[in-house]
Amino acid sequence: MKRRDFIKVSTLLGTSAAVSPTFLLGGCSSNPLPGTGTVSATPTICDMCFWKCASHVYQEDGELWKITGNDDDLHSGGRLCTRGTGGPGAYLDPDRLKTPLMRVTVDGRQTFQPVSWDEALDYIADKMRAIAAEHGPEKMLMLNHGSGSSHFRHLLRAYGSDSRAEPAFAQCRGPRDVGFRLTVGESASSPERTDMANARCIVLIGSHIGENLHNGQVQTLAEAINRDATLITVDPRFSVPAGKSQHWLPIKPGTDLALLLSWMHVLIEEDLYDHDYVERYTVGFEQLKDHVRSYTPEWVYLETGIRPEVIRETAREMAKAAPATVVHPGRHATWYGDDTQRSRAIAMLNALLGSWNRKGGFYIPERVSLPEYPLPDYPERRYSTADAYPGKWPFASQGVTNGVIDASVGEDAFFKGWLVYGTNLPQTIPGVEQQLEAAANSLDLLVVVETMPSEMTGYADVILPECTYLERYDELRNSGERQPSLALRMPAFEPKYESKPGWWMAKQLGHRLGLDEYFPWEDFSEKLDWQLQQVGSSLEEMQKIGVKNFPRKTPLYFREGTRPRFRTPSRKIELYSRQLADKGFDPMPVYTPPDPVPEGFYRLNYGRMPAHTFGKTTNNPLLFELAPENQLWVNPLVANEWGFRSGDYVRLGSPNGVVSNRIRVRVTERIGPDSVFMAHGFGRKSRRLKLAFGVGADDSTLMSNIKIDPLMGGTGMRANFVTFVREASAGAAS
Amino acid sequence: MTRYAMVIDTKTCIGCGDCVVACKTENKVPDGLNRDWIVEATSGKYPNLTTEFRSERCNHCSNPTCVTLCPTGASHLWKDTNIVLVEPGMCTGCKACIAACPYDARLVMHPDGYIDKCTFCHHRVEQGLDPACVSSCPTHCMHFGSLDDPGSIVSQLLQNRKHKVLHPETGNEPNVYYLT
Repeated sequence: MKRRDFIKVSTLLGTSAAVSPTFLLGGCSSNPLPGTGTVSATPTICDMCFWKCASHVYQEDGELWKITGNDDDLHSGGRLCTRGTGGPGAYLDPDRLKTPLMRVTVDGRQTFQPVSWDEALDYIADKMRAIAAEHGPEKMLMLNHGSGSSHFRHLLRAYGSDSRAEPAFAQCRGPRDVGFRLTVGESASSPERTDMANARCIVLIGSHIGENLHNGQVQTLAEAINRDATLITVDPRFSVPAGKSQHWLPIKPGTDLALLLSWMHVLIEEDLYDHDYVERYTVGFEQLKDHVRSYTPEWVYLETGIRPEVIRETAREMAKAAPATVVHPGRHATWYGDDTQRSRAIAMLNALLGSWNRKGGFYIPERVSLPEYPLPDYPERRYSTADAYPGKWPFASQGVTNGVIDASVGEDAFFKGWLVYGTNLPQTIPGVEQQLEAAANSLDLLVVVETMPSEMTGYADVILPECTYLERYDELRNSGERQPSLALRMPAFEPKYESKPGWWMAKQLGHRLGLDEYFPWEDFSEKLDWQLQQVGSSLEEMQKIGVKNFPRKTPLYFREGTRPRFRTPSRKIELYSRQLADKGFDPMPVYTPPDPVPEGFYRLNYGRMPAHTFGKTTNNPLLFELAPENQLWVNPLVANEWGFRSGDYVRLGSPNGVVSNRIRVRVTERIGPDSVFMAHGFGRKSRRLKLAFGVGADDSTLMSNIKIDPLMGGTGMRANFVTFVREASAGAAS
Repeated sequence: MTRYAMVIDTKTCIGCGDCVVACKTENKVPDGLNRDWIVEATSGKYPNLTTEFRSERCNHCSNPTCVTLCPTGASHLWKDTNIVLVEPGMCTGCKACIAACPYDARLVMHPDGYIDKCTFCHHRVEQGLDPACVSSCPTHCMHFGSLDDPGSIVSQLLQNRKHKVLHPETGNEPNVYYLT
């Protein structure tokens, strides 16, 4: 950040002392101190990322002042992260979508034209009626991300479709959640159910807590550091948590699974695993023992570059602290196409340590049993999402974005209409632009609901401008936590411009589609009030407190000596997976070496920066000021070879000839000479994002070597390579 | 005189910049200016490295050269404390304080025509609250309090933990400490 321009002031020093402080020398009167006006606070749930921290929105004299965490909130502990604190920028952003827009052709050129809400909604409802009549309602697909999507899912289910896919599955968490379900019968949840607050040893494998600001994770990791817990970080990059770790294992990219298998080898070979837990709760230990026998630290060293004694020592550290050891499941898990298997290996390692659902390992989250508002049943459906790609990805527990997009292209495509809510597909799915264009040209209807003019809006027939989270009600937050807890999002302000809340759009469309009985409320708050009354609260109470925590009804961890039933076919933790074997997959994870780096290329590593939630926030004025562009981390040896210095602009090229936007070099020892690294979410292509347009580079456009996970359709993105593209202007521009 | 200090634990600071944004919104700092900032210092060669993140700002020095050198008295101490403030009505924007500050902690130029800076959120301190940066920090790595009170969190931390200040050689006696 640039605090000020450099100004030479040395000549002033000699003349400074003589003036009396009582003289009035111009300048101005003092601004009033913050908070001395009329101050009010409104509860909300943060929407700057998916963590959904409960917060208070402060106004002073009717103007938005600041947003701070709600002290009673378990997600945030009363403290927001950088992005949550920067929430006012989302509301104040002048580039927000302001009116409904429809694609029109003027003089042979397509453009968006502002239209009335009635015009936009009538158009959408007409098209939806036609799709239902001609093809069936299931051919209307929702692609979504974020808490506001529930209104539209409700609308589509009432209309007759639950066809749905979100990049949060196939481009992010899917392999992790499927891997854990296959092994322990449950997912690692969101917020992650890691008990880091009580852990004595934490293992991070390619998880950059602190660079991502998953709030509760960051806070409990910091608590663990303060308690001198042993931190083991596996990362080719000297990440933020690597810098806090007693053991940093700078692994060769793509070899994580070998290390996980070797750790299991050591735990079994040195008899360090939790015998009672394994005997009581797991199946397949003997097969696992045979399976990992060959993954000796000496052999795995050759793959991973991690010395055998380090592999042994870190395995012993884990065992020493067990069961208060968290081998962290991570979150963004779509790396190399064998990601479900790698996630399974993480779950299996936790099982050997006896840490799943044990204190200091993982806890059992509990939600409030919140009754649904009484509404008619949804109509029966003839097709599910997976019918769009029959026979593919048998363990996909949700719709697969790539699959549904492919099934939207062509005259005879499965899907005929899209409703895209809050997800910017062109930047979320690598190399998807061509398919998106083809789909957009095939579909009868493409609606995008957004707050910002994202790249995705450029594909739409109709764009519906949603107001920001500070201007609307949404569903109550009822995520599993240490304690059951509800949180309220309510409007602190009237919607700016002509934007509207999602619930209102869904109700209006419902009305036009003859679905009024599914939307019996005048205002969404009536529905929330009804639900809150059922659990002994009320809208009025929640408008005051924002968060209400309820007592637990079930234990936080396994009760010692009990035999809980796991939600797997065997009712146990499946070290050996019969259901995988039955479908022709490896019943236990098998390591495959990653593709070698082509001569003259570098591995493209990507990740997060704490100031941003990918592209969702890159145009937020407050956060843009903190971090306007991403930088390309380059090892000094590489920089020397290419003649780059920190601050130079370069372009990157992929093996198939894609050239990136220019990106500033940051020469740093924190990355090895075989890789480069950048944060995701930059290089925006939408001109209507006036701050973020064209600033920094987008990693996803450089990805041509995609590894699809055969189990669940995940998009592995880490097997990509780039090289530098020389250009005359590199270094000259600023 | 009450001596207020900030103690920042580099062991848990992740350099996320939340303190920067929290200051900005709390104090309504104009676009393009920031009263605090993040420094990342990495030493060593891959893979033998250390990285330190520091949240930096005005050190509210016990010997504040910016106050001594201010020709108009605009730079002054708040009440009977070490908190250095600028009185906008008296500041001519001469920038002497900028030259005098070893920490580069003064901002040119508030649009209203004066040199702006960190106030340790004295409007919050007056109400018994921590500065906005401290109370927003998600890792709880920042602490604030009075060094005159031996039982305060800052006194306790400085008593029990290794620490440093920036540029001790200037003799300004800074009051922002970093636990190492």
